[in-house]
Amino acid sequence: MAPSTEQLLEMDRQAWTIRLFEEALAQVYMEGKSPAFDIGSGTIPGEMHLSAGQEPVAVGTCAHLGQEDTVVGTHRAHHFAIAKGVDLKEMAAEIFGKETGLGKGKGGHMHLFDPKRKFSCSGIVGASFPVACGAALAAKKKEKDWVAVAFAGEGAANEGSFHESLNLAALWKLPVIFIIEDNAWAISVAKSKSTAIPYNSQRAVAYGIPGVRVEKNDFLSVYDAAGEAIARARHGEGPTLIEVKTDRYFGHFIGDPELYRPKDEVKSLKAADPIGQFEQTIIAKGLVSRAQLDKERETAVKAVDEAIEFARKSPYPKSEEALEHVFA
Amino acid sequence: MSNERELTMAKAIAEAISQEMERDQHVFVMGEDVGVYGGIFGATQGLLSKFGPERIMDTPISETAFIGAATGAAAEGMRPIVELMFVDFFGVCMDQIYNHLAKNTYMSGGNLHLPVVLTTAIGGGYGDAAQHSQCLYSVFAHTPGLKIVVPSTAYDAKGLMIEAIRDDNPVMYFFHKGLMGLGWMRYPERSVNVVPERSYTIPFGKADVKRPGTDITIVCLAMMVHCALDAAEKLSKEGIEAEVIDLRTLVPLDREAVIASIKKTHKLLVVDEDYLGFGLSGEIAAIAADEAFEYLDAPVKRLAVPNVPIPYSQPLEQFVIPSVEAIAEAARSLAR
Repeated sequence: MAPSTEQLLEMDRQAWTIRLFEEALAQVYMEGKSPAFDIGSGTIPGEMHLSAGQEPVAVGTCAHLGQEDTVVGTHRAHHFAIAKGVDLKEMAAEIFGKETGLGKGKGGHMHLFDPKRKFSCSGIVGASFPVACGAALAAKKKEKDWVAVAFAGEGAANEGSFHESLNLAALWKLPVIFIIEDNAWAISVAKSKSTAIPYNSQRAVAYGIPGVRVEKNDFLSVYDAAGEAIARARHGEGPTLIEVKTDRYFGHFIGDPELYRPKDEVKSLKAADPIGQFEQTIIAKGLVSRAQLDKERETAVKAVDEAIEFARKSPYPKSEEALEHVFA
Repeated sequence: MSNERELTMAKAIAEAISQEMERDQHVFVMGEDVGVYGGIFGATQGLLSKFGPERIMDTPISETAFIGAATGAAAEGMRPIVELMFVDFFGVCMDQIYNHLAKNTYMSGGNLHLPVVLTTAIGGGYGDAAQHSQCLYSVFAHTPGLKIVVPSTAYDAKGLMIEAIRDDNPVMYFFHKGLMGLGWMRYPERSVNVVPERSYTIPFGKADVKRPGTDITIVCLAMMVHCALDAAEKLSKEGIEAEVIDLRTLVPLDREAVIASIKKTHKLLVVDEDYLGFGLSGEIAAIAADEAFEYLDAPVKRLAVPNVPIPYSQPLEQFVIPSVEAIAEAARSLAR
């Protein structure tokens, strides 16, 4: 089923929220890191993996999800969190290490947990698969039509956890969807140098489940593929494996010299930017107007500004709070 | 007379799980051979016929997948009990235990609760060699975020299991194979004891004085409790009264019980079936040094597996795992 006008506008707003949030973080991240770049200094210390360019996979999938569905993401997870409806202010505050953050400053950018929105992620490659299986198992036990989505990069499909989880999910017919973001690079190693077959979706055959390759970094293509898989899962027909071709605009992390990547690759990718293409398509189809989309973008600008401002102004946790919350 | 009923540790554990599954629909069991087989060491015996395959779930040999799934299900309000057949197999799934189960509550600022019980078999002494004979609880006690339970008797096993299932945190529950009361492995008679049919809990962080004494404190747990008690009987005939403290849980650890006993006996022997280096025995010795130094009349003595893998051949294995004789001798040398 094609998305409604309302859904299209929401997808556009989410796409811009993600893009602008990541671009804002890229700037803030460099504060206090010059003249000499020290990863542990500045407003935001530590590694920073940004998802700009990868908006379609998150937005196109989460358009089908409700509050009770679960999303488990990766070390590069801001786009998933935003698309799942995680509060942008609390998320920004967590990334800034502030008391008001999702995890009161204990998790940081790679470890965002929002049980209310049923969102979590992990800094460990391949860790999302089993956890999503567990959420799907819980839904099944509770006899609900909720689903769980595990997102992971194409590099993660070479982890044992991927294969164990696909087998388990297929065996138990769990309502889980495994979505591989193929951004072509596992840090610096090209997919062709790490993976024995061209498409991870082919691996679904080994577990007797549908495997779908989405060849274009495109919101509507992802929307269609994910919609079908999620509907299958909701109807008790078990898991699906989807691989989506997507593009990573930034380096693996900010500060990545990207010596492994052709110099003009990102430039040419941006020339066919998925947000612009999405907007052109839905305007051309007469589904929305330019003015409507501009309004969504304005809303996103405001939300990102407010979130960064909120994070900046929020207090740091007291040092002694480091000793709290080891146990519930 | 039902109050006088005796159970093996395996049956006590299975009964605890059964009673909690009756009480709470969110409790379920996953693991290898937990169904028809009843658990390789009997911890889930009889549960399949009572609760069916939806709640007693045999899994593929995919520890990462099903232990990770326990974390995911617990985040959704379920209370999974998962079995890692031998603790030695932790290498294939440690990421899900160490980096996720143990840390997610903390990294969420306490917003996420993960009520998972991870059961696993420990211990050697029966010729299973280096990959099937370790204890390793210290490895898991070392990482923050896991509660660590190591019972030594059937009575303790039941109460601690019910407490574990009701706890809102990840609990690793280590059962010693040689204490399970299996028909195919020698076990100390003492591990089989009176277990009430009613449901009861034993709080974590409360050590149990398994034998009071005045001359020397022996701190231990699991199989070493029984070896220490046997040694204490020998020592008693020689005029040495040993106090045997069964820690029962490592996290939380009953430091007060250790210190109180040192204040009484002024001598401390720590006996551990885990490795000597960087483990439980060193931790207890450090507590004694930090908090009871002035009460000690002699240096703390530690008896544990010297830092070698558990060997196969009987004379080798019996040499490295603390024996009743070795414990008695160590205690004698301290008490003198």
